[in-house]
Amino acid sequence: MTAYARRTWIVLWKDLLTERRSKENLNALVLFALLFLFLFQFALGADRERLQAALPGLMWLGFILAGLLGLGRSFLAERDNDCWEGLLQSPGDKSAIYLGKLLANLATMAVVEAVMVTLFGFFYNVSLWATLGPLTVVIALGTLGLAAMGTLFAAMTAQVRARELLFPVLLLPAQVPVLLATVSATESVLLGEPLSAAAPWLKLLAGADVVYLVIGLLTFEFVIEN
Amino acid sequence: MIAAAGLRKSYGPTVVLEDVSLALGPGQCLALLGPNGAGKTTLLRILATLIRPTAGFLLVGGVDATRHPEAARNVIGMVGHGSYVYEDLTALENLRFWTTLGGHDASAPRLQAALRQVELDGVADERARTFSAGMKRRLALARVVLGRPRLLLLDEPFTGLDRQGRKWLSEFLLEFKAGGGAVVLATHSLGAGLAVADRVAVLASGRMAVDQSCADLSWEDLRQLYDNLTEGNGPAQ
Repeated sequence: MTAYARRTWIVLWKDLLTERRSKENLNALVLFALLFLFLFQFALGADRERLQAALPGLMWLGFILAGLLGLGRSFLAERDNDCWEGLLQSPGDKSAIYLGKLLANLATMAVVEAVMVTLFGFFYNVSLWATLGPLTVVIALGTLGLAAMGTLFAAMTAQVRARELLFPVLLLPAQVPVLLATVSATESVLLGEPLSAAAPWLKLLAGADVVYLVIGLLTFEFVIEN
Repeated sequence: MIAAAGLRKSYGPTVVLEDVSLALGPGQCLALLGPNGAGKTTLLRILATLIRPTAGFLLVGGVDATRHPEAARNVIGMVGHGSYVYEDLTALENLRFWTTLGGHDASAPRLQAALRQVELDGVADERARTFSAGMKRRLALARVVLGRPRLLLLDEPFTGLDRQGRKWLSEFLLEFKAGGGAVVLATHSLGAGLAVADRVAVLASGRMAVDQSCADLSWEDLRQLYDNLTEGNGPAQ
């Protein structure tokens, strides 16, 4: 394993281990998912047609809101005991820290999204089983775009006093291409169309992912040093 | 190990450090004294490359630290006000994290040896959440030692330590010096600081008021000077 990979792995290991022990994020996010679905079930009622039309947007609204809550907290643990300063002082390429944090965020979001998708089927009485494969591809691509920018902006706002306000203000506009593509691709997949029908959206999504990831890797050091 | 000249740090119109120069060789220890707000922590953070000076020149371990902070960090170990300890990780896990992140050998025997050195081997598998402030400070020192630094920067290292802990830290620093390491420690504990220092520097209102060898300064002179500064009477001449 290269030094870069070891540094990435140790950040991922540390974040997952502390989350497993404290369960601060995961418990709150799963509870949030439950409440979100519960409230929207009341708001939309039992009209199946209405539900079908709203489902893709509703699903991504849930993912984005859960992402805002979870990603925004990803650097808060570093503030305790000045660990942030330790990260800053550690020699080597800082983008490894970004990558480790991103992977940890992706793992947490994957768990929350899996819970949400399961609950979507249960609360809204829709079968997502047949579309699970293509849906997973769309969700994975969309989540990568969300987490790539979210991790970078979380680092940027971690030391700012109004971070809870600033984080969504920065992240949401940057997520417009991802949101457009994911909602459209999810709609296509839920209608039972083959994945190739959503190919233009998936290409846009993959392109946005690559751009966001590269921006994150290249600018993370500058962001935390300043 | 350190050569600094004309260091200045300002935040807008507020000048925190002005024209600070110092030099420190291997095996030397500098005790940095001064009242609250004198700029000790700012100076330490500049030396640690955590913040950049507004002006001035800084060489750490032969590297221009203002231009190449990454290269300078390889020789620096810092224990600041915070201990850099993750509360939900055990002592051993904390060391594994920081040592691997720093690109050093994080093998279990080496980590265990570091914990033995700071007398925390008995609580290696206990979470840091249960540690006292003194134990966290020892853990921070173990982390620093594993990075094999040649320059140790310590901010108020004696704070929160009991008598035995202070004695242990003094011995630890003397041993580090004897191995060729350089130490800068910012402290209010004159007695403990002077026990390990070869030189004393006193910062007052962001300026270096005194920078002398301990041999040239009597305990009474230093105490008088320090009292004057902390009472706001300005540096004694």
